[in-house]
Amino acid sequence: MVDPTTTVTVSTGSSGQDTDPRTGPLSMRIKDAAVAFNGRTAIRDVTFDVPKNAVTALIGPSGSGKTTLLRAINRLHDLTKGAVVSGSIRLGDVDVYTGGIPPTLLRTRVGMVFQRPNPFPTMSIYDNVVSGLRFNGIRKKAVLEEAAESALIAAALWDSVANRLKAHASTLSGGEQQRLCIARALAVEPEVLLMDEPTSSLDPISMRLIEELLGELKSRVTIVIVTHNMQQAARVSDLCAFFLMGNDRAGEQIEVAPTKKLFSEPDDQRTLDYIQGRFG
Amino acid sequence: MKAGVIEGAPPDPMIERRELVQRVARQTLARRVRISRGIVALCGLALVLGLIPLFAILYSLISKGFRWLSVDFFTQTPQFPSLVDPNAIGGISNAIIGSLVIDGIAALFAIPIGLVAGLFLAESNSRFAGLLRKTAEIMTGLPSILLGIFAYQILVIGFNEWGIKLPGIGFSAVAGSFAIGILMIPIIMKAAESALRRVPAPVREAGLALGARRGVIARKVVIPTALPGLITAVLLALSRAVGETAPILWVIGASTVVNWNPKKQMASMPLQIFQSATSPYVSLRDETWGIALFLVFVVLVLNLGSRLFAGWLQRERR
Repeated sequence: MVDPTTTVTVSTGSSGQDTDPRTGPLSMRIKDAAVAFNGRTAIRDVTFDVPKNAVTALIGPSGSGKTTLLRAINRLHDLTKGAVVSGSIRLGDVDVYTGGIPPTLLRTRVGMVFQRPNPFPTMSIYDNVVSGLRFNGIRKKAVLEEAAESALIAAALWDSVANRLKAHASTLSGGEQQRLCIARALAVEPEVLLMDEPTSSLDPISMRLIEELLGELKSRVTIVIVTHNMQQAARVSDLCAFFLMGNDRAGEQIEVAPTKKLFSEPDDQRTLDYIQGRFG
Repeated sequence: MKAGVIEGAPPDPMIERRELVQRVARQTLARRVRISRGIVALCGLALVLGLIPLFAILYSLISKGFRWLSVDFFTQTPQFPSLVDPNAIGGISNAIIGSLVIDGIAALFAIPIGLVAGLFLAESNSRFAGLLRKTAEIMTGLPSILLGIFAYQILVIGFNEWGIKLPGIGFSAVAGSFAIGILMIPIIMKAAESALRRVPAPVREAGLALGARRGVIARKVVIPTALPGLITAVLLALSRAVGETAPILWVIGASTVVNWNPKKQMASMPLQIFQSATSPYVSLRDETWGIALFLVFVVLVLNLGSRLFAGWLQRERR
């Protein structure tokens, strides 16, 4: 529940530009995208561009289809029986569904971090980080080690694990495990990193660490993040897409705007109501 | 400077690694796809090899058995054909009713015992539960004819020799039900346990956190959640029981008259197949196909029915 007396203060940190990030290079273009499960629409009418090397936040209440949309981008719904994705989602100039790119290759280009830290339980820290490379056939030790170090540094985990890379991933705290998962996703050098409420199961300090990380990571990778936390969206994102559940219980896109604009002068009354905590 | 947006080109080693990963992934993907296709082809072949005997059996059953399915077949008792009319062989109503009574009584005691024991296995971590589970596993692997010998030893001759007078002692449906029921119990136990274990722990914990006793949670939460699986467990055990011959071979006395009294001797469909097939009369041997077809039909209905029903129940609850 959002306390109605607190208004969201927009402290635009690194993302404080007034210009629309979509005027720069684009990473993805989503047009008329919709996802349905067994004929029941979960989200529809999604059309927006994802700017390259920026953070795009998907916000909205539960049931508005944010996570469903996110999982459509790297084709995770392919594995769900009865799921149908329509419309077009383009990564660069390929349509991820009709462009002939195999889903496994797509997923080396579009990484993902999940809501709960999910390191592989039987692997060491090091093995976790390089697992994506190994899964895809890279065996050279030098490449693996370099990738592991680079990814762990980028995930702000190197200093605390450098001397115990062989330790089990389960010896790490929840926040460290989540950063390990970020490092694991980064090690294959994806072009886009999808994050599904990556801090919702973490303590505030771990959350902060990861939020700070995002500002640094975006020079390396384009980030799309789902969050329930509007302050977080305001803090970390450059572009913000707001979704609501329609009368037929399907999620729909309400407004997409540069974060600063969306949180200060949204075009849609429903956006204003939501960010002011009147519902949701 | 607007960090990342303009000076956004990542440093070189990362770009190099990205290109390497995608190149190697593409190369190995081609190989993996080839391997995958090969394996899928082998699986397809295995499927076909498995389906050939199945359809061959169904084909011969239907082509040779269908003409025997008449009103007489279901309403008459077996006759020995006379020289005047070698086709006057009656029907198998005695066997159908016998199967119904024997398997019905078996189900009557095996289902509750099997389900309760399955619940115990799913809910208890005690050493006794472990022992019981092992016992059930061994019993499912037991040759079913041993159960027949067991029932024979105890119910048919044992009690008589020991001078214990109970209804149904001697060759009787009860003795058959006893053997079939013992066959069903471990099957139900194991299937019920795995159905109950599929209920997620947080659901149980939600009940515990409300102060509910484990028995209450089992009754009000766990069992209703696992119901489709439990129904499947029971129906699969039943379909197995209907087709079993060995456990009842020696104990039901193979009567040729219609009989609803479980204390008396009785017939059953699988046993009737055995008897008709080994009969000296050609027409009786031929009729075996009809009985087999009907038996397969019953087993198929139980099997498919359990799956369809469980699937429907699952969908209803969404």
